[in-house]
Amino acid sequence: MSTNFEDQTTDIEQEGTDIVRAVAPAGKTARRIRRRKQCRFCSEKIDLIDYKDVRLLQPFIPERGKIMPRRISGVCAPHQRMLATAIKRARIMALIPFVAD
Amino acid sequence: MADKRVYEVLFIVDPNINDEDLARLSDSFQQTITEQGGTITKVENLGRRTLAYEINHRTEGIYVLFEIEGSGREIAELERRMRVSDAVMRFMTVRVDRERKRAEKLRERRTRKAGRRAGVRPVNVAETAEPSES
Repeated sequence: MSTNFEDQTTDIEQEGTDIVRAVAPAGKTARRIRRRKQCRFCSEKIDLIDYKDVRLLQPFIPERGKIMPRRISGVCAPHQRMLATAIKRARIMALIPFVAD
Repeated sequence: MADKRVYEVLFIVDPNINDEDLARLSDSFQQTITEQGGTITKVENLGRRTLAYEINHRTEGIYVLFEIEGSGREIAELERRMRVSDAVMRFMTVRVDRERKRAEKLRERRTRKAGRRAGVRPVNVAETAEPSES
């Protein structure tokens, strides 16, 4: 299960990891310092998460169709709440699946 | 109840319906709303979409979106009509005025913050007198 999430995180973290590498050269430290992930919705200045916007929701629903937890996506609490309701609404309207295969 | 509420009604129509019937259905729903004292601010046909899962053994559906302003009475009637209608496979009403207000507030707060931050910067001493808006 966790492996599923990890490959999802990579593209979200991208900006963060770049900065980490700039501070500490790659390969020097065995464990890289985890930089606090930035909330995607905050940085993109999205105040309203529309349930009809499937493209926006897609990155937060891994293959299984579950809602991606905050600790992995780095979304802030207010936005995660909005995101969760949006995903649930989208599920009801068959825009995204309740369970995928 | 006197205050105006804004609702968004999204419904899925059977894909086997012909364009004429779809238009007639949509018109009759709109009529129900106006009869009940509501106003339609937006009608949008989002077109055919494949459903994420089967509903009534159909794999696709026609999505139609209404935006309604009113007291809430017309929503009750509209939903009743939709439940009865065979062509409507699913519908959902969302009250959006509160959410939009909240989004508006968040946006305002952000611009205020951005303005303050710009003001604090020592370079913009001249701008501190009046908070800059960006």
